[in-house]
Amino acid sequence: MSNQKVIKNLKTFSTAAERFEGSHVLCPGCAHSIIVREVLNATNDNLVVSAATGCLEVCTAIYPHTSWDCSWIHIGFENASTAIAGAETMNKVLRKKGRIDPSTPEPKFVTFGGDGATYDIGFQWISGCFERGHDFMYICLDNEVYANTGGQRSSSTPIGSSTTTAPAGSTSYGEKRNKKDMLAIMAAHGSPYVAQVAPNKWKDMIKKIQTGFDTKGPVFINAMSACTTEWKFQPHETIEASDLAVDSLVFPLYEIIDGTELNITYRPKNIVPVRDYLAFQPRFKHLFKPENEYIIEEWQKRVDAKWEYLQKREEARV
Amino acid sequence: MNSKQMELNKVEVWDGNTCNAQAFRQAAVDVLAAYPITPSTNTVETYASFHANGYVDGEIIMVESEHAAMSGCVGAGAAGGRVATATSSQGCALMVEVLYQCSGMRIPVVLCLVNRALAAPLNVNGDHSDMYLTRDAGWIQLDSFNAQEAYDLTLCSFKIGEHKDVRLPVISNQDGFLTSHTAQTVRPLSDKVAYDFVGDYLQVNAMLDFTNPVTHGVQTEHDWHFEHKAKQHAALMGSLFVVEEVFEEFEKISGRKYNLVESYKVEDADVVIVCLGTTYETAMIAVDAIREETGIKAGVLAPRLFRPFPLTQLASKLQNVKAIACMDRSAPGGTVGTLYNEVAGALFNTQARPILKNLVYGLGGRDIIVNELKEIFVSLNEEAKNGKLNGKIQTLHGVRGPELSFYEH
Repeated sequence: MSNQKVIKNLKTFSTAAERFEGSHVLCPGCAHSIIVREVLNATNDNLVVSAATGCLEVCTAIYPHTSWDCSWIHIGFENASTAIAGAETMNKVLRKKGRIDPSTPEPKFVTFGGDGATYDIGFQWISGCFERGHDFMYICLDNEVYANTGGQRSSSTPIGSSTTTAPAGSTSYGEKRNKKDMLAIMAAHGSPYVAQVAPNKWKDMIKKIQTGFDTKGPVFINAMSACTTEWKFQPHETIEASDLAVDSLVFPLYEIIDGTELNITYRPKNIVPVRDYLAFQPRFKHLFKPENEYIIEEWQKRVDAKWEYLQKREEARV
Repeated sequence: MNSKQMELNKVEVWDGNTCNAQAFRQAAVDVLAAYPITPSTNTVETYASFHANGYVDGEIIMVESEHAAMSGCVGAGAAGGRVATATSSQGCALMVEVLYQCSGMRIPVVLCLVNRALAAPLNVNGDHSDMYLTRDAGWIQLDSFNAQEAYDLTLCSFKIGEHKDVRLPVISNQDGFLTSHTAQTVRPLSDKVAYDFVGDYLQVNAMLDFTNPVTHGVQTEHDWHFEHKAKQHAALMGSLFVVEEVFEEFEKISGRKYNLVESYKVEDADVVIVCLGTTYETAMIAVDAIREETGIKAGVLAPRLFRPFPLTQLASKLQNVKAIACMDRSAPGGTVGTLYNEVAGALFNTQARPILKNLVYGLGGRDIIVNELKEIFVSLNEEAKNGKLNGKIQTLHGVRGPELSFYEH
């Protein structure tokens, strides 16, 4: 933990933030801003950040303003990872050629993308960067929907969710497919470190982010980012929504080191039924109709099975 | 530089791809991100062999697509160093989104575009479809007619694009296979002379300069977008003068003179062919032959600079010409060809009122030979004498089957 910030308590930690500041226009209650602020605040190192097109990008760098007090670039929706790969490579070259003094501390390279930019359109670019082993951290701000364009389904959108392109209706319960298991896919790339985090478990999150910063090679972090606008809860309920996600194990918190060593980093004392998580969010309201209740039951079975699988893997160290 | 020095002969036998790679090496490119595509593949392969043998000390990122190649170039360029890549055809099409992003962010990437037809049908051979595809992408575009020029102009591209008043990406075009795969005699500069000409990279708004953090690639709305695009256009228009300066400087070190518009025997010509790429040299042979055989006062003209288009320089050379054939080597897509449009646009507000026709030719690598060009001159000469076009404005020249002509005059 060379140049990582020391965590004392949330108040001192969060008030020390300097690199992600005001003048952004993210929705009140948006978890993106909480996560990004804490990520940037986890280290004192110089940062080079790229952002994919999406809520974060369009709300934080509107000319002539910027919320970023660090080097920052946005190119397109899909290629934020490759942009940072280019910058990371340039850093190596300029040090080798002596145009950057090799004794100056190495910066950290970070990419932020939403689930659309990560699970869908940007997947090829991320896969390429991980296969080539660039030294950077990719953070997916996973709100399970194309929020920036107004609520269309992504391949992270969970089954039964009503979105504008997979709406619930008289003959449909909404999204028909299960959420893509992005963490497993990224671990399978041979990444030295992948983890799921949520902003309500902020100490766990910061510890993982700092582990990511200290890891050489491509690191993938899937951050659950509750979306007040598309999940349709009140702005002050963001952390409550996140609590329900991790306590119901819909969004379990764990890490995978070198593709094999799996550690569960948070075990809820009282596991909340999936039903409670779904009931909190009007995007799932229609699932509570009698004809759709079976989706909730199937969902609970799937969550239970995944939890059991994670525990078995943790125990077996494979 | 820590790289090994390469001993070059005064005269080398290189193809166009080798010329690109040698220019990259001599310019000491910091990062090259690329994905292979015919016929530009050998540019990257040759550069990779330089890297493998210690002749370059930059880095290569072998990415997973051309879109990623240009994305990596933009990221690397924004970080603060010299970047280059090469592509053709479909690869260029896949890059197009990032080409606009690159020029909009004023990152001076150099792209060697080895011109090739666009699918469908799939065709690996040369025409200018990809060059035309990038027409409005906001890049400076130079066109070389042979391997020597590909080498010279790729070197010039770095100096032009990175100029402090320009800061724009540059495409260095050459004809697929005709130039890229044809070994020709090339007179390279020594490594030192070449590097001193290109100069050290001028770092501007670098992401790796942490005392001055920068935000690249912002969002704009109607309140600022127009001003950004206007400034970008002004820089592109202004680059024309920088291109001239760089060409003059290049002449001093190499003895080779380049102009915004190249022409051969146009000064006294009645009939002129306007074209791009290798056709220029074939047409020079046709000009000499037809002048000797028939006395027809023929000439040929080719813009060296495709973007920004040298409208006034081109128009001034064509003021006394009676008939012009604008040769477009790209599927026309429902209108007259781009070159025809440019020439018509250049002449419309001048005194010149030549007969102007559009010949679409050589698609997918089909040869154009001296005899065909001679026939075009003969036909142009009749039209010049009669004072009217013989046929419609646009003809698909040399296509099999019934003659395809369009646009009544």
